[in-house]
Amino acid sequence: MEEVKTVDYTENYPKWKDEYKSTHKILVPDMLPWHFAIIEELLKQDGYDVEILKNDSRAVIDEGLKHVHNDTCYPCLCVVGQYIDALKSGKYDPDKTAVLITQSGGGCRASNYIPLIRKALKAEFPNVPVISVNFSGLEKDSSFKVGLKLMLKLVYAIFYGDTLMWCYNQTKPYEEDAGACDFVRDSLVAEITESFKTSAYKKFAKINKSIITAFAAVKRSREKKVKVGIVGEIYVKYAYLGNNNLEKFLLSEDCEPVVPALMDFVLYCIVNNINDGYFYGKKGLFWNANKILYKILHKKQKKIISYFEKDGNFEPIHDFEHLRRCADKVLNQGVKMGEGWLIGAEMAALAETGVGNIVCAQPFGCLPNHIAGKGVVRTLKTQYKDENIVAVDYDPSATKVNQENRIKLMLATARETLAGNDSDS
Amino acid sequence: MSKLLGIDVGSTTVKVVAIDENGKILYKSYVRHFAKVKETVLSELKNVLNGHGGDFSASITGSAGLGLSQRSGIAFVQEVQAAYTAIRKFYPDADAAVELGGEDAKIIFVTGGTEQRMNGSCAGGTGAFIDQMATLLNVTVQEMDELSLKAERVYPIASRCGVFAKSDIQPLINQGASKADISASIFQAVVDQTVSGLAQGRRIKGKVLFLGGPLHFLKGLKKAFKTTLKLDDEHAIFPDDAPCFMAIGAALHSVTVQSRNLEEIIAAIENSTGSEEIITGEPLFKDKEEYTAFVARHRATDLKFCEIQTYEGGAYLGIDSGSTTTKLILITPDCRILYSHYQSNNGQPLDIVIEKIKEIYTLSEGRIKILGSAVTGYGEDLIKSAIKADFGIVETVAHFKAALHFNPKVDFIIDIGGQDIKCFKIKNGAIDSIMLNEACSSGCGSFIQTFAKAMGMEIDKFSMCGLYAKHPVELGSRCTVFMNSAVKQAQKEGATVEDISAGLSSSIVKNAIYKVIRAASADELGENIVVQGGTFLNDAVLRSFEKETGKQVIRPGIAGLMGAFGAALYAKENVSGESSTINEEGLKAFAYSSKSTNCHGCTSNCNVNIITFADGSRYISGNKCEKGAGLKPVSDSLDLYAFRQKRLLESVDGVKGRRGKVGLPLQLVMYEQLPLWAGFFESLDFEVVLSEKSSRKLYFLGQHTVASDTACYPAKLMHGHIESLLDRGVDFIFLPCESYNIDEHCSVNHYNCPVVAYYSELLKANNERLTDENFIMPYIDLNDEKSAVLKLHTVFKRFGIGKSQIKKALNAGFERLRAYHIDVRNKADEILTAAEKQGKQAVVLAGRPYHLDPEINHGINKLLTSLGFAVLSEDGVYERGDRVKVNVLNQWTYHARLYRAADFVCKNDNVNLVQLVSFGCGIDAITTDEVRLIMEKNGKLYTQIKIDEINNLGVVKIRLRSMLAAIEEGKRRKNG
Repeated sequence: MEEVKTVDYTENYPKWKDEYKSTHKILVPDMLPWHFAIIEELLKQDGYDVEILKNDSRAVIDEGLKHVHNDTCYPCLCVVGQYIDALKSGKYDPDKTAVLITQSGGGCRASNYIPLIRKALKAEFPNVPVISVNFSGLEKDSSFKVGLKLMLKLVYAIFYGDTLMWCYNQTKPYEEDAGACDFVRDSLVAEITESFKTSAYKKFAKINKSIITAFAAVKRSREKKVKVGIVGEIYVKYAYLGNNNLEKFLLSEDCEPVVPALMDFVLYCIVNNINDGYFYGKKGLFWNANKILYKILHKKQKKIISYFEKDGNFEPIHDFEHLRRCADKVLNQGVKMGEGWLIGAEMAALAETGVGNIVCAQPFGCLPNHIAGKGVVRTLKTQYKDENIVAVDYDPSATKVNQENRIKLMLATARETLAGNDSDS
Repeated sequence: MSKLLGIDVGSTTVKVVAIDENGKILYKSYVRHFAKVKETVLSELKNVLNGHGGDFSASITGSAGLGLSQRSGIAFVQEVQAAYTAIRKFYPDADAAVELGGEDAKIIFVTGGTEQRMNGSCAGGTGAFIDQMATLLNVTVQEMDELSLKAERVYPIASRCGVFAKSDIQPLINQGASKADISASIFQAVVDQTVSGLAQGRRIKGKVLFLGGPLHFLKGLKKAFKTTLKLDDEHAIFPDDAPCFMAIGAALHSVTVQSRNLEEIIAAIENSTGSEEIITGEPLFKDKEEYTAFVARHRATDLKFCEIQTYEGGAYLGIDSGSTTTKLILITPDCRILYSHYQSNNGQPLDIVIEKIKEIYTLSEGRIKILGSAVTGYGEDLIKSAIKADFGIVETVAHFKAALHFNPKVDFIIDIGGQDIKCFKIKNGAIDSIMLNEACSSGCGSFIQTFAKAMGMEIDKFSMCGLYAKHPVELGSRCTVFMNSAVKQAQKEGATVEDISAGLSSSIVKNAIYKVIRAASADELGENIVVQGGTFLNDAVLRSFEKETGKQVIRPGIAGLMGAFGAALYAKENVSGESSTINEEGLKAFAYSSKSTNCHGCTSNCNVNIITFADGSRYISGNKCEKGAGLKPVSDSLDLYAFRQKRLLESVDGVKGRRGKVGLPLQLVMYEQLPLWAGFFESLDFEVVLSEKSSRKLYFLGQHTVASDTACYPAKLMHGHIESLLDRGVDFIFLPCESYNIDEHCSVNHYNCPVVAYYSELLKANNERLTDENFIMPYIDLNDEKSAVLKLHTVFKRFGIGKSQIKKALNAGFERLRAYHIDVRNKADEILTAAEKQGKQAVVLAGRPYHLDPEINHGINKLLTSLGFAVLSEDGVYERGDRVKVNVLNQWTYHARLYRAADFVCKNDNVNLVQLVSFGCGIDAITTDEVRLIMEKNGKLYTQIKIDEINNLGVVKIRLRSMLAAIEEGKRRKNG
């Protein structure tokens, strides 16, 4: 057979070079305020000049609309919009600024954010490099080199962020003295970031316990409130820009938002690699590494759970092994694109831990969510008969009223159930 | 207990109900609010006050009530909850309730697990949708209802959203289908949408309550619901209070609310102020002077007129039969206007044309002779055969001709009509690229008109009032359904009519620039821009366009007539000899009758419409192929799609098997892997049974199990395939889950898209007839024989098949797949050679394997062959292209083929590419831009066609004909 040659259609784009560390500012979209606040600080400590973008005006969405294909998912549009809007603000030198984005390398189109961002930047800021953070060996010439030490710090940061978020959400709706909860959070964040300056951050038990006790000390009312779980596509699940401030909205509706841990998503990605080995024989060094990594991280997670249990004030975070068993009741762990089986697993786990209401958030037309989100609702309903689930689409053109009206419907049912349960007991 | 008050503020109406201490209804009303929510509520409450003062416990409900509740401090209850409260009180034995409102549709399941559902954001428009459709038919909603009861047949109409339905209805109107039939079809579409979009797998049965305005007032809609849900009178309940039902519920819900004096309540609403939540843009004009200068500048490009009553000599007639409007123009040889006409179709374009030509003949009193005529637009075929015009030309060509007249250097034309937005870039005196809006963003132009009407204003007045608006609102730019709800929100927030008018203009323009043209900056458009189309006659739209692009453009005074003008120019330039146009005598004798029927030429059973003219000649429309038109079909010998369709099915032997019957649903991945699995099962002695051929009917069969209505059409069709297999009595259905597709070694990874990979999960979860026994969906990776064999061995354990047998069968399957691929590639080579020999242009109709399904591609391959193209497909040619390195992450097997196919096309002069894209395909948002880039880097024309359940080839035809015109123009230039 004759040799097939390769034609290069790629366009030139600025690449991230390690030496830019000392010269460039790095802009990061704000996906998860809890965790990113800590990560921002620890990257700074490591010598990176990073900034988490907080711009969230309508102009952000408009820039996104201008630069991203209509049918591309909403998170991409938000992220691109944030970058362009920030760069246009004049606060940053376009010749000395880079933008950073994570990339999973899965079969979902989200893996294609990088080229889309590049294309958008090219039109306005052709010198701004895009940095990829991924663990799949993609974008080798423009990726962020995460050394073992930084990796370790990131892992701890995620764990601490999870504990913080988890405690805060269980305290805030019930706080007796307005603002007490936020005060605790702010001082804890300061303490935690401080710990990353030395090796103090490795005091896993001490830090986690201190978070739990600090929140447990906040005076809370005993009133019963409607608990609402938030699951879905990772960006709209966590980012206030993506979900129109869903957590705040739920708080304002006098509900307790239950937002599952970010570490669960990390473990989900790792388990997918492990499953690939069992399912399709993709075993090898990488597979073994994932297995070891999973063991370590899961052990850490179990520890946090034990701290929660010992303290007794809060519902502990989900045990990932439990999540996997939950997934098996709903759909196959082979559904591994996007947030895949994790969505079904989290919904089932929420149902089993007494969270009777769920918002399943997804970008309009999200491909994996057709199957793993909306697609599993019926299965869940047969297993957890009273689970109250609403699927909400997020999109630049979907109106907030429309979204809130649907959530309100869900809340109306939730309140009725809560009242009914009270009178029963 | 005090008196109760319920206020239901919907998207179009306000309902108020007052109930006394004994549960007796004191007052109830149902009035349209025309966006004046607060005023309407207040006047209704004052009515209540006049008869019944005192203390009330009050609640507000309804989609538009939330804001009012927040600002006035009156309690809010979600409307479905309100309905539920009322249902339990008045109809405790109801099993389910369906409620249609202005913009929302809801279902409440009462028994068997209470559940309350609302339509998703995309399925918006029910009551409003019916209003919009009535406007389109030029009847009132009541008339439409009466008409629907006289219907003889129901046409399939896309029911997913109003915009789509409109695209289906327009051609029906143009083809002369009766209003009665269309009306009934519209109601049926509403029913289908409710049943499929909302029930999603759960059957609506038992005693069903029908609520809301539309379901109360419209007999035709009631009938459609009853028939579709198979309910008798005992089980279909239409309460007398249906329109106010939610208000009653809200009143009942108020029991828990602290009562207040009614006057206090009224004061609370009166004192509520608009919030600051709306986002606004810049005013269009600072002041009157600026506007006057603007008008004067555009006046300069108006054509001259010539008096038809005195002119003597020759003239040229141009007709543009558009989707919503009909345009005629009669010009002198030196391009002065003798006569022009612009009118909404009102459903009968042919009548308008005939009447107006009669008028021309009358006015000219024999002095004027029509030397030539041409027709363009949606109704081209019909009008051309009716008036025996000399030419029928593609819209794009007509518009280009007209634009050239105003600026010979024109390099960019944008036309915003009622339904479509068209843009062309001109390079070297020829159309270089064409951009048409996709169905989703269509109807923007006529939206202003419909909206003005709904506000009770004339369109001119409505658009003029936006010129000096201080704070034009931002309305988003996805589609009219979304715009509609954005407008509603803005109104609720207190935006003025002026601000909305200006906001609408700018959102249409933004839609055109950023969504249709997809321009990153205004500079991409070009230097010499001509804008046209009826919508640009609206100065607010024109101004928005100039503001958004930062360029001064030319808008001819006849902007709305450009298609017709271009046609007239074309006739002038190209006519030779006597014109065939119908003369005054012929016109007097002109009459026609229309009849709709089913063509039985093939199994497609197209609905065709036959118009018979007085002289006996016939015009047939609605047919997908020539057969329906009574012509001899074009041979499919140069059509790789036709070959593949046949060849794919031949890979199944279909003989009886000892082990039983396996059902393979022919959709999604099976369109590629059928030979493999047929080979696998047949060598294991199973009988392979295929699902029924895809059709609209099949789709409806499975519609009730569709879980996500924004998934692509191929996926949604899958539900019908499953039902058909279950009905065929197979032992089990097989549909594997494949994260990884077969590695063809031309991409970094070889995934399937999430929908293709895991659709089995969704099918199983949402179809109660599927079980672990009758639906087998193993997770396998066909690239890894060992794990695949093991997995298949496990799932077929109950048949006692050994591992080595599985392995052998799998190899046999691969052998069949290989043979299929080889045949397809050989045939592709054969077609290429033949096309070259015959001097024919070839088109690679590039999409996914499942685009082979005629129900998915709507026969575009046949359309291409009838236009004289040879047709290829991406899987037939991609291996002839080089490997490519692309900008995007190239990680899906099917999509990798597209890039290589594009590369192949670029290396062959007489081969072109048309990319087929399924609506809702998220991954194609990425591939289309990349394929376009490959094509444009090589100086090739890129054409994309978005397909959905819409069965309307009209737009596609325009597109392909424009492409053909551009190719020919390109060739001519190359040779000359």
